[in-house]
Amino acid sequence: MKTEPGASGVGPQLSGRRFADRSLVQLTLNRFREFYREPEAVFWVFIFPILLAAGLGIAFKNRKADVTKVAVLATAPNAAVIRDAVARDSALSPELLDDSASARALRTGTVAIVVVPRADGTVEYRYDAARPEGRAARTLADIAVQRAAGRTDPVAAHDVQITEPGSRYIDFVIPGLLGMNLMGSGIWGLGFAVVDARKKKLLKRLVATPMSRAEYLTSFLLQRLSLLIVEVVVLLGFGALAFGVPLRGSLWQLGVICLLSSLSFSALGLLIASRAKTMEAASGLMNLVMLPMWILSGVFFSATKFPAAIQPVIQVLPLTAVINALRANILQGAGLSDVARPVIVIVAWLVVSFLLALRLFRWR
Amino acid sequence: MHGSPLHVPACRSLAYVRAITVNTTTQMREALRVASLTKTYGDVVAVRGLDLSVWAGECFGLLGPNGAGKTTTIEICEGLLEPDGGDVEILGRRWATDGRQLRERLGISLQETQLSEKLTVRETIRLFRSFYANGRSVDDIIAAVQLEEKRDGRVGQLSGGQKQRLAVACALVGDPELLFLDEPTTGLDPQSRRQLWDLVEKFRATGRTIVLTTHYMDEAERLCDRVAIVDHGTVIALGTPHELIASLGAAHVVEFAVAAETPLDVASLATLDGVSDAAAEQGVAGRYRLRSSELHRAVPSLLAMLGTRNVPLTELTTRSASLEDVFVALTGRHLRED
Repeated sequence: MKTEPGASGVGPQLSGRRFADRSLVQLTLNRFREFYREPEAVFWVFIFPILLAAGLGIAFKNRKADVTKVAVLATAPNAAVIRDAVARDSALSPELLDDSASARALRTGTVAIVVVPRADGTVEYRYDAARPEGRAARTLADIAVQRAAGRTDPVAAHDVQITEPGSRYIDFVIPGLLGMNLMGSGIWGLGFAVVDARKKKLLKRLVATPMSRAEYLTSFLLQRLSLLIVEVVVLLGFGALAFGVPLRGSLWQLGVICLLSSLSFSALGLLIASRAKTMEAASGLMNLVMLPMWILSGVFFSATKFPAAIQPVIQVLPLTAVINALRANILQGAGLSDVARPVIVIVAWLVVSFLLALRLFRWR
Repeated sequence: MHGSPLHVPACRSLAYVRAITVNTTTQMREALRVASLTKTYGDVVAVRGLDLSVWAGECFGLLGPNGAGKTTTIEICEGLLEPDGGDVEILGRRWATDGRQLRERLGISLQETQLSEKLTVRETIRLFRSFYANGRSVDDIIAAVQLEEKRDGRVGQLSGGQKQRLAVACALVGDPELLFLDEPTTGLDPQSRRQLWDLVEKFRATGRTIVLTTHYMDEAERLCDRVAIVDHGTVIALGTPHELIASLGAAHVVEFAVAAETPLDVASLATLDGVSDAAAEQGVAGRYRLRSSELHRAVPSLLAMLGTRNVPLTELTTRSASLEDVFVALTGRHLRED
């Protein structure tokens, strides 16, 4: 007599079976094997976000120590004296250039300003007033020239420089990268694996066995959630250790946001993969879905920079909601009630995508 | 072009064969019964009113050319496709009501499945084993399909024959009562085909039922207790390979060729001493095929006639009649058009 397994596929007749021999365990184990035996996947999920964060972090960290390059016309009288005067400001880096070289340097942006000492003792500044660094260089260079000529400031000034963790660009971009990573691994991780199995007729072969279809899909989610923990810890850990990015919100609430976000993107990935028969069709659809969000959802700069007219659309995109919730938690220490709006958007995407995917999904 | 006399006796004796088969087996248990099955894809009718009965314990073959409707038929039986009409009963059950139990009792190997290349042989079989409530041990199956040496090798590194044996291993791991094999040896080298045949014969020896599709007549002759020849979505002949060949009325085939400029009259070839019937090969001028039960009379009389007419012979072969000849006799076409 054959017994009929329950809807979950783990009926009472399996209770005596070893844990490792259960189909959900086997399916999930093989998900992991297929993942770590693909070095490219490991790179894109774990290494790439760190490289990106490191690159951006270094690029914007060095900005503070930036010096503005200034050209002094070499053929002008007293050129060397003026150069030495400008060099006293450590934020300026003057060099002597002849007429054509200085004009070229200004045109290409290599220098922000050209200082031309005139024969009558006055000074001429050539710069582009439309460029902020040109105007700043004009002010700094003029102060340096005037001070060197003997001007004294009537009011003494004292500079205290402050770098506040949480307000730098790296602080802004780390939650953005985390959101982008959750989206990429959810949609790619699930979508490609499902479409690949369908293309190879493996889905068809599996449904010809007594395998529970729910367990098959669950194995993807279990793998996703395990990788999620590693992804989040690696990226936020890197940000905290290398750049001192603060984690101001509650960690368990951050975990809840990441979990919901990952499930939501996985459901979206499943929806994208529910019918596609070829990898080309699937990657086209994925790019169609992800590209607008990479641009609009505020990964690298604030989504509020886009016109007010399209803000209603931007705010209901899943990645915008995820990044808003992550930034509020990580940078402002906001509680779940403060991010209720984006969390509702995330959950809505999760429910709608999953229900649609279940309706549309093709096993053959 | 081919002689019509060839058809009449063939069809008559096939009907006789069918009657015999049904009479001698009515008391046996049916593992699979298919009645008036139809399936249409758009304008293309893949299966038109197909009937089948497969007895428990036999190896049953669906033999036919590509596009005859074999795969559609077997996939409907496997519960992977919905028929447009007709009835399928497997192991006394139906897909609509007993799908879950049936899955536990069937073993299936599809035509084009690519198993995950990054898993090992053992991991793959263990995964499939985990789907079944009861079944054979993983090591037992690996030994049965002779993949012990590849146990820990990646699926991606297996040869075509080894991959096919792994596919059969995944079908056998649930210890099925009924095994479906769709084109099990297509594209394999001769040695791999023989290894797969051994595997099927061993399973058959345990008293289980096998339904397979093939377009190789030698495979059907070697493996199958009974064969249904399928063409254009219906069964056009049914019987044991021996019965089907015997229904041709002649045990031998003489094939010969003469220069295309000197065509021969098929009707006069058929009247030669020792020849039961004659046909011109379709599409190739100057090639003919004779059937004979007495080669020692047919060949000399053919040579004598050609000598008298001074028609030079360019090729002459004789062989035993095969299922291919049955198909040719019924349809005028070859199983493999190449």
